[in-house]
Amino acid sequence: MSEAIEPEIDIDALKEQGVDLDVAEKVAPEREISVEVGDALVQVQNLTIKFGGLTALDNVSFDINRGEILGLIGPNGAGKTTCFNAMTGVYKPTSGKVLLEGKPLNGLAQHKITRRGLARTFQNIRLFGEMTALENVVVGLDARHKTSVGGALFRLPTHTREEKTAVERGMALLEFVGIADHAHFLSRHLPYGYQRRLEIARALATDPKVLCLDEPAAGFNPAEKEELMALIRTIRNDGYTVLLIEHDMKLVMGVTDRIVVLEFGKKIADAVPKVIRDDPKVISAYLGEPEDDVA
Amino acid sequence: MSTTEGPTLIPDDAAAQAMADREAKGKPRKGWFPGLGEKWNALPRQTQWLFLIIVVVIAYLLPILNPPFITTEPGNNWQIALAQMSVYALVAVGLNVVVGYAGLLDLGYVAFFAVGSYTAAMFTSPDSPYLHIPYLWTLPLAMAITMFFGVLLGVPTLRLRGDYLAIVTLGFGEIVRILATIIPAMKGQVGFQNVGHPPGTDAEGQPIFLNSNGTPWYWLTLTIIIVVLLAAGNLERSRVGRAWIAIREDEDAAEIMGVPTFKYKVWAFAIGASVGGLSGALFAGQVGFVNNQKFDIATSILFLAAVVMGGTGNKVGAVLGGSLVAYIPLRFTAIAEFKYLIFGAALVLIMIFRPGGILPARQSLLAYGRTAYNKLREATGKKPAPGQLAPNTGKGAGDE
Amino acid sequence: MITAVIPSLISTVRTDDTWITFDVNSLAENFWNSTFDGLTFGAIYALVALGYTLVYGVLNLINFAHSEVFIVGCYGVFFTLSALNFGPSAPRLAFWAIVGNLVLALVVAIVASALMAVIVERVAYKPLRKRKAPRLAFLITAIGVSFAIQYTIYWWRGPSPEAALTMFRPTPIFDVFGTIIDSQQLVIIVAAVILMIATDQFIRRSRTGRGIRAVAQDPDTATLMGVNKEKIIITTFIIGGILAGAAALFYVMKIPSGVQYSGGFILGVKAFAAAVLGGIGNVRGALLGGLLIGLIGNYGQVLLGSSQWTDVVAFLVLVLVLIVRPEGILGSSLGKSKA
Repeated sequence: MSEAIEPEIDIDALKEQGVDLDVAEKVAPEREISVEVGDALVQVQNLTIKFGGLTALDNVSFDINRGEILGLIGPNGAGKTTCFNAMTGVYKPTSGKVLLEGKPLNGLAQHKITRRGLARTFQNIRLFGEMTALENVVVGLDARHKTSVGGALFRLPTHTREEKTAVERGMALLEFVGIADHAHFLSRHLPYGYQRRLEIARALATDPKVLCLDEPAAGFNPAEKEELMALIRTIRNDGYTVLLIEHDMKLVMGVTDRIVVLEFGKKIADAVPKVIRDDPKVISAYLGEPEDDVA
Repeated sequence: MSTTEGPTLIPDDAAAQAMADREAKGKPRKGWFPGLGEKWNALPRQTQWLFLIIVVVIAYLLPILNPPFITTEPGNNWQIALAQMSVYALVAVGLNVVVGYAGLLDLGYVAFFAVGSYTAAMFTSPDSPYLHIPYLWTLPLAMAITMFFGVLLGVPTLRLRGDYLAIVTLGFGEIVRILATIIPAMKGQVGFQNVGHPPGTDAEGQPIFLNSNGTPWYWLTLTIIIVVLLAAGNLERSRVGRAWIAIREDEDAAEIMGVPTFKYKVWAFAIGASVGGLSGALFAGQVGFVNNQKFDIATSILFLAAVVMGGTGNKVGAVLGGSLVAYIPLRFTAIAEFKYLIFGAALVLIMIFRPGGILPARQSLLAYGRTAYNKLREATGKKPAPGQLAPNTGKGAGDE
Repeated sequence: MITAVIPSLISTVRTDDTWITFDVNSLAENFWNSTFDGLTFGAIYALVALGYTLVYGVLNLINFAHSEVFIVGCYGVFFTLSALNFGPSAPRLAFWAIVGNLVLALVVAIVASALMAVIVERVAYKPLRKRKAPRLAFLITAIGVSFAIQYTIYWWRGPSPEAALTMFRPTPIFDVFGTIIDSQQLVIIVAAVILMIATDQFIRRSRTGRGIRAVAQDPDTATLMGVNKEKIIITTFIIGGILAGAAALFYVMKIPSGVQYSGGFILGVKAFAAAVLGGIGNVRGALLGGLLIGLIGNYGQVLLGSSQWTDVVAFLVLVLVLIVRPEGILGSSLGKSKA
């Protein structure tokens, strides 16, 4: 908390975007709030993934800098989700490394990668359907909890303390993504847009250093996409680093600080949105894509 | 099952598919008592406790009351029937941890029950040449031994997909029975007579815990059930319970959300096994005789039927289901012969028509969730109970 | 002195613990005998294992009721041959008359088993698929169906095994390593292997087989590509049923008094173990796994000194395989098998 308040935070701008600073404080009481784009937080180094004879990812390298929103884009089948899955430990890379704060993630169990600080959402929503919205978020919070089976059985003090703060922080997170009024609904009964927001809240609950969003706007209408963009910016302003996989160019151009473009498993561009927009290689990669994708 | 997950082809299609799935799934399932769970949750805490105390008192009085019509048919002693029902109820509570919470299908649960029974028999029966200890000590010992077996069986198989566990446990259940037959120390069909019982004599110097008197055994088991239910409730409303339900709902997502899935699956398996062992030891004490004839796979399926009938994941339902599975053959002797047929068919029918079982109640997974939800209800002014469809309010709600 | 003590020590150990031996001599003496016998059982396991493997490949479901599909076939054999006046002793019939009767029994068994398989699919699994029920619901239903059928038979036929049926007297055919292979062993092994090769070729070459592989690999894409998934599923169950019916004939041939309500259950567990051992979803794996389970079970039985050990050994093999190589010897997945 020592460097908690950075002068760079534009409090008025935050308030304009509807950020409740008290809520932000509750959401992440123990994190260093720093929105300055800094050193490389995640380093993807020469990542290659082969499925049988097919090379899904071919020697891809890029960094995610602290405090930025990095977009990872590419046409269908370019290897975006594969890259994502390799980073979060779902796939084992054929070669190459993924480093988080300089430490390799290769070979770690998935839940350990999450505890190191890499959280994700799913392209096809994967909430725990029979749990309420709040319980879903608390599962995320549990990643930082220390209660043992014995502790829970005998309701030891650690358990009681964690349960109390979990409800508070869970509600705060739901408020943060704007669905607190539905906290007590089973997640499978939530409206679609709420489910997507709940996924983000659940991922944030694991207190990640990097939040990876896999096509969070899939199935959204333009108005909802606007709201989502505002939410992503708010998340970043709150001190999280964001990796965004997205299909919708407009959303990506509007919200990201930097964009990595993949095509056929290879990185073809890595620059700020303005440059990417005019990059002939990117344009040709997207040529032939349906009109509405290249908005 | 790959057919149950929406395809992830094109984002918009995926979204549409997901929507359709969710709408299909979103219809609140109704039990035979629709809305009971919601009404119960809406009651004040004190009223709930009052109801519970009344139910518990009635449960303790059952052997003395011997209510007409409910009582078992003349050939079956009502008090002993109650003792057996309570053992089945305890079994169902234990199996519910494995099947209902963690979603792991254990088809050899009878093996743990058998290990518990043999533990009690071999350490107390005069037929056993080994070390003898007081009966009550065999209860924790049976739990420890079965827990060990649970871990032993769970560690190699729980890393794999869930359905392998079903077949391995099925095999394990059969193996324990075969071993009881061929290992001389287990005494096969001859078995162990005069299994021990808790100490204590009545005014006439007779032991209180006789095999022919079901009442004390019933009271003992009922007390244990209450303790186990409280413990299960504590686990349910904690990190542990949430991890189990998350694993049941979507194991991969749970792992990615930071749940050490393997560790919690082993815990579920071990805890379930130990409760199975405990109930086996109680069974052995009550019946007073243990041999290899009582632990066939069919009994495992009865246990599973108990959990499924009560409502998978609902510990109170498990008590009800377990009692019913033991009670029905004793109450209706005419159909007792066909109990495996009846309960086998019941499994299929419940899964097809009423997947929630008799008491389809949801677990509450937060120790302090009630307060939060109530606060929320007061704040919003509405009282939409969990499980109802969302009203179409709020931004971006359900208008796609 | 010492040389005299050691054998006596060994012998005392043996008399104390006759329930379990480690009798290498006995195994060496009976090696070829138990090998051929094991292969015969293995061929039967393999045929049943195919039913598990195919359904698992297509639906990702352990069809516990497959053991009952098999036992229904056994009853088909039993009733047909009883009607044809077969009894405990071998019939005095001409060679071709016996063949004709057995073929008739085979046809009845195949029809009975296939019908049972279709009924199970339609009544129990299809409603669940429609409802998109969770995986656990399928498994619970599967075990429930298995028990419902088993105890329907129990209700109907009672607990004791049916009267023994001898189809023909096994006659020595030829001599291998001083051990006689009889006609029974030969018929079973040869017929089962032919059936399995036929199945393998069918899955690899026919249009329906291609459909099965497509659905096994990716049901959704297969549907998009115009494969009728429901039709493929029912076909898979029918193929499994046919093979189980054939296995039923051979099983009754090998064990004349084996027709009993619970007769399929343990055989089913072993057949599933065989499917996993070979690589579940893999047709050739089922053959290999079946033969291996048959062999290992038989060797274990001779080595450890009691026929009860067969099941224990088969189970231990299953657990070991799951620990060491869960994808099985030949690797899993029906979808990945090459055309």
